[in-house]
Amino acid sequence: MKQEVRLMKGNEVIAEAAVRAGCDAYFGYPITPQTEVIETLMEMRPWETTGMVVLQAESEIASINMVYGAAACGKKVMTSSSSPGISLMGEGISYMAGAQLPCVILNVQRGGPGLGTIQPAQSDYFQAIKAGGHGDFRMLVLAPNSVQEMYDHVFLAFELAFRYRNPVMILSDGVIGQMMEKVELSEAVRRLTDEEVTERYGDWALTGRHHRNRNIVTSVQLDPHIQEGVNDTLLEKYRRAEREEVRYESTDCDDADYVIVAYGSAARISSKAVEMAREEGHRVGLLRPITLYPFPTAPIRELAGRVKGILTVEMSTGQMVEDVRLSAGCSVPVEYYGRYGGMIPTPGEVYEALKTLLIEKQA
Amino acid sequence: MSMAEVCNANEQLVYAKNSLVTDNVMHYCPGCSHGTIHKVIAEVVSDMGLENRCIGVSPVGCSVLAYNYIDIDWAEAAHGRACAVATGIKRVCPDKMVFTYQGDGDLAAIGTGETIHACNRGENITVIYVNNAIYGMTGGQMSPTTLPGMVTATSPLGRDVKLHGYPYKIGDMVAMLDGVCYVTRQAVNSPANVRKAKKAVRTAFENSMAGKGLSLVEFVATCSSGWKLTPVAANRWMEENLFPAYPLGDIKNV
Amino acid sequence: MKEEIIIAGFGGQGVLSMGKILAYSGVMQDYEVSWMPSYGPEMRGGTANVTVILSDSPISSPIAHDFDTAILLNQQSMDKFEPMIKPGGVLIYDPNGIVHPPTRTDIDVYVLEATEECARRGNTRLFNTMMLGGYLKVRPAITVENAFKGLKKSLPERAWKSLPDNETAILSGMELIRRQ
Repeated sequence: MKQEVRLMKGNEVIAEAAVRAGCDAYFGYPITPQTEVIETLMEMRPWETTGMVVLQAESEIASINMVYGAAACGKKVMTSSSSPGISLMGEGISYMAGAQLPCVILNVQRGGPGLGTIQPAQSDYFQAIKAGGHGDFRMLVLAPNSVQEMYDHVFLAFELAFRYRNPVMILSDGVIGQMMEKVELSEAVRRLTDEEVTERYGDWALTGRHHRNRNIVTSVQLDPHIQEGVNDTLLEKYRRAEREEVRYESTDCDDADYVIVAYGSAARISSKAVEMAREEGHRVGLLRPITLYPFPTAPIRELAGRVKGILTVEMSTGQMVEDVRLSAGCSVPVEYYGRYGGMIPTPGEVYEALKTLLIEKQA
Repeated sequence: MSMAEVCNANEQLVYAKNSLVTDNVMHYCPGCSHGTIHKVIAEVVSDMGLENRCIGVSPVGCSVLAYNYIDIDWAEAAHGRACAVATGIKRVCPDKMVFTYQGDGDLAAIGTGETIHACNRGENITVIYVNNAIYGMTGGQMSPTTLPGMVTATSPLGRDVKLHGYPYKIGDMVAMLDGVCYVTRQAVNSPANVRKAKKAVRTAFENSMAGKGLSLVEFVATCSSGWKLTPVAANRWMEENLFPAYPLGDIKNV
Repeated sequence: MKEEIIIAGFGGQGVLSMGKILAYSGVMQDYEVSWMPSYGPEMRGGTANVTVILSDSPISSPIAHDFDTAILLNQQSMDKFEPMIKPGGVLIYDPNGIVHPPTRTDIDVYVLEATEECARRGNTRLFNTMMLGGYLKVRPAITVENAFKGLKKSLPERAWKSLPDNETAILSGMELIRRQ
């Protein structure tokens, strides 16, 4: 299945993955540090090969609403942006969750709030996990930590988006988006034909009213009894995702006294800190959430029952640590270390924090 | 009992409700233009045989529930975003007839950006723009197309142009964009005008299917509740006040 | 084997593409590689830098804060990165525009007057490949053959006509580099 090995930037590989995943349309607007996604797509000209539509919209607001329109037709659609642009998409994301439409949204995070910095950060965790927009909804959120996972997660995100008919976010950052690594590209999946879309998604998608009652894609329910029913349907989907879709990677946790919990590029940096700690004889492991929603609550709870302490490392002022604390309960100290505002922690700093906040305190 | 069933088979049938107009009870107020404009659209869709290929986009406003009344596929859209949603639909389904149905608050205020850019890109869609110079759904507030001196809930002393600017002439503005092939201003205040309006919608839909660019059909329309007038008085007020400000007829047809 | 390299200089000196050639050469040599650039407004004329990591095992952090090798191409980069070289590491620099040469004695310092040599040959575009040649000479983690392959891989086909000149520049860099 896997074939070609290439050296690519995280952002470039997203474009390659979109085309190879049989994506029908991409709508986006330039913003650093993710602009290579649309630049690469425009260079690839997939409309001449697979028929995929690529359109530069006039804003992120327009982008996400174009995504809404194309997704309403049962098509595989995606967009990408960075933090301030994702804020602008919040309304559209909420409408898509309400109308139960599948789509993939990439956020290559930069530091904030406001215009902030264009340097990497993980400060949109709350936005992605807790409040992507107004109303009672969730996005499924994937957190790639390598260029390879950027590629793989596009395929996975589309799969989940259609399985749950819900927006799926790939929560990346400027490090993963800008860096180049080796990546294995899988064989291309072809786009579905209009007939196949009608056959698979004809019960909800706007494919034209052939031989069926018309479909209406909407998120408005003026009758609260009906709206409550819609919320129940969504809730049921999220509960199912929590049971079936939790993904994480655990390294060196079996004999660990201390565990670092980190995702994305912070997990890459932390894994080097783990190496440093192990070299000095400390038994330290790393738990890396791959899905941030659903969150790997159970494995963290299990770890909390047998380790002496947990350190959450993130490039924010402390967001994911709240979920780690909720998962761990009160049985074990859960500390936080981070750099933010576009600053990237060094493995040495992480290791120092681990020693000061946990290891030495308990010695 | 549907309208068709009311007609006695022995009598000569001179008019029947179009089959695409559903039997749902309309929520529009007495005297509102929406019902007639819906009928016009349904008739054009049906005359052109597009019922299985037509997708409507209804954004926030009184007509957000338009999908209850015309029996085709519909997408509801966020306030102002109809033209972006329609762009997304038309780009992935180029063989479909895609139209938006927007009010003046939606199109000329919150959705101006999406509208103008769809016009400028020459999206092969039709924009049905219902301009009654007021926000109907939220209860009669000033819109960008409210006339100077016109009293609304948010301009209780009348619209003051020094404070709020001037009535927004969207039709004239988008007509200068190269992506737009057809702009016309219509009304449904008389049987003769309804017939003209139907012709205009048909022209617009034909343009969309022929890939000629964006067509915009503006309807100068009534809002008897928002204007606090009886249906008859609202029609007269529209003729006397809105028609001079928004004159009927083609603005662009290439 | 694990080699963490910083290449830093002005935008326009070919810093990022030198890193890209090195990274591609690493791929040809079957190493794991990562290439992490500075990005943003500094790309447009200011300072630019890129971290390249070559390793025979999976690379944990693509961000490094101390380096085995630094290739430093202007004074600002010298000031910033000289202190971040690991003891026993390597510093390669072009003295052109350097007013404060490196002073550390616990690292190996090499000089390569590539700006001057390229000017003599009338082709300043060969600057970065010449510097790369110097690196290949003093840190022979990558064979010249694989560097040539990496060079070709990193260039779009339309630029392949410049391959012979760049290959020559790599070889010249290998000859011209000398200890400070």
